[in-house]
Amino acid sequence: MSGPLLEVERVTKSFAIGGLFGRGHFNAVDDISFTLQADRPEILAIIGESGSGKTTLARMILNTLQPTGGAIRFRGEAIDDVRGRRRRLDFIRQIQPILQNPYEAFNPLKRVDRYLYASAVRLAGARSQSARDEAVDAALQKVGLSLAEVKGRFPHELSGGQLQRTAIARALISSPALIVADEPVSMVDASLRMSIVNLFKRLHDELKVSILYITHDLATAYYISDRVIIMQKGKIVETGPAREVLTHPQHPYSILLKESVLSPDDVGRGRLTTAADDGATRQGAD
Amino acid sequence: MTPALDPDPSPADRLRAAPQTTAALAVDRLRAYYMTHYFGVEREVRAVDDISLAVRRNEIYGLAGESSSGKTTFLKTVAAAVRPPLTVVGGSVRYGFLDRDIYALSRAELSAIRWRRLSYITQGSMNVLNPVRRVRQSFVDFAFRHMGLGRRAFFAAVEAHLARLHLAPNVLDAYPHELSGGMKQRVTIALATICRPEFIIADEPTTALDVVVQKDVLAMIRNAQREIGSSMLFVTHDMTVHANIADRLGVMYAGRLVEEASTAEMFAKPLHPYTAHLVASLPKIGDPTRKESLSGAPPNLADPPTGCRFHLRCPLAMDVCRAALPALTTTAPGRRVACYAASPLVTPSAAGGAKSLGAIQ
Repeated sequence: MSGPLLEVERVTKSFAIGGLFGRGHFNAVDDISFTLQADRPEILAIIGESGSGKTTLARMILNTLQPTGGAIRFRGEAIDDVRGRRRRLDFIRQIQPILQNPYEAFNPLKRVDRYLYASAVRLAGARSQSARDEAVDAALQKVGLSLAEVKGRFPHELSGGQLQRTAIARALISSPALIVADEPVSMVDASLRMSIVNLFKRLHDELKVSILYITHDLATAYYISDRVIIMQKGKIVETGPAREVLTHPQHPYSILLKESVLSPDDVGRGRLTTAADDGATRQGAD
Repeated sequence: MTPALDPDPSPADRLRAAPQTTAALAVDRLRAYYMTHYFGVEREVRAVDDISLAVRRNEIYGLAGESSSGKTTFLKTVAAAVRPPLTVVGGSVRYGFLDRDIYALSRAELSAIRWRRLSYITQGSMNVLNPVRRVRQSFVDFAFRHMGLGRRAFFAAVEAHLARLHLAPNVLDAYPHELSGGMKQRVTIALATICRPEFIIADEPTTALDVVVQKDVLAMIRNAQREIGSSMLFVTHDMTVHANIADRLGVMYAGRLVEEASTAEMFAKPLHPYTAHLVASLPKIGDPTRKESLSGAPPNLADPPTGCRFHLRCPLAMDVCRAALPALTTTAPGRRVACYAASPLVTPSAAGGAKSLGAIQ
């Protein structure tokens, strides 16, 4: 298939703020455009601090939030035209979300496999119990788990890494073309972080899934993405090939972001200074 | 109330009462298990298994390890915030400001030292702020009783404290939902340090904050700790955070401490293969080489493997690793490691990993 997979064209989302008096508007996402090609799957990282509009953008792409202006097209079709159960399911099949906090993504009172089976039935059309088991197990195998490990478990019985991988497996059941991952590793601990990030890379390389990787972690973005978009206050301030932009950022905001990244190379040298408190320097233990 | 629990010693008194030589916190062979007994099936999860460590005065001691390695359980045990099914099976927890084990204290004595001399920034601590009351009320709830001041003097002290931490006094009149995540985290740090406690326990205070805010919050924690002169046990799974804040570092794996060193040494020359993996797998800008993730999962603590807990995932595993649990051994001044491959000095642990079920009720 050729042509663009996802086109985001001059998309704006504004929220009304304030009370009865002095009502104003706040542009959470302001005039953003980018394109993902269908024949060339890529990992596109969207980087920005909290409040930069990353999640609002993701929600608009997932069609859970209507943009105020501009258009989002998926395989050439405007997504606000997706109406009716069949077309909506078809859309959901192709774009799947992965949320930030795996502990909040699953209902703590329900067994985890319930979500997997529901996805298998509704999105992969698995009718019989054996087809369901097969679809769920195949997806879990792709993320390095198995149905036996997950079946009948409640969210609190799985570790954060296992839960996040289960969430990814759930997204994979319908074989999507695009995964929108909103901060998928920020709640997962560092040693598991690389296993999730490597998993995304493998999904991209082997299953040819495009991934929209929304993050504030520049180091993992540098590690896996092909292209980055750096957002500040709803606007794109810099975009380009990941390695190039993150090695030599041009925009002052990108430079600030890069300088805020804590580096393991700074052991004991202490660059920990707040903006408000420049005088503080690290003193030795004794 | 004993003299050691004097509710309001001046900083000078504190120094006299506890000379520099005593550790701020000495944990000795601490074991805490989750003991459950359902339908006749007994199960014990050894979340903290034979941990000994000392935190020096004025130091930030970092504790690293993946989730389910027992870090949070260890903190709960150290803070004496233990509730069934978590049970302290053995060992002692002694603070520099107390003359006896924290578990020897009565409930009233414990509640007198909590927050006043020992404060605890819990995981997800932004959520400790009461969502339907202004921040001011949270300060009253947490600290008013401990400060022993009149209302006006109390708020003056709170505002002075906020000013020291570069927070505007008008945060007191905000509701928690009006503050950003980073701001809420700063307010909870102010809450935890308002009584100028001698010891602060921090559990993942910066997880899920974004990079810019994270750096500011870490700097604020470090500055507050230096200014009060307290000691701190700082837990996070993020090694880059440890690199920037901790003076010394302990690494936990499956309920046990596997390595301890000064932060600089730990990063320069990790001895335990697990630590070496943690340090080597950190992604860095400008380093496109592939970072391997560890295969396998941490062991089930209800049924830990025999021998070294790490041997199933360890690239250097030898026969001895499968047979006997290595003891945490001092291999050089200030360095301890529990790995046979790291040093010939490491010997099997006396505890040997024998099941304790039946021995205790």
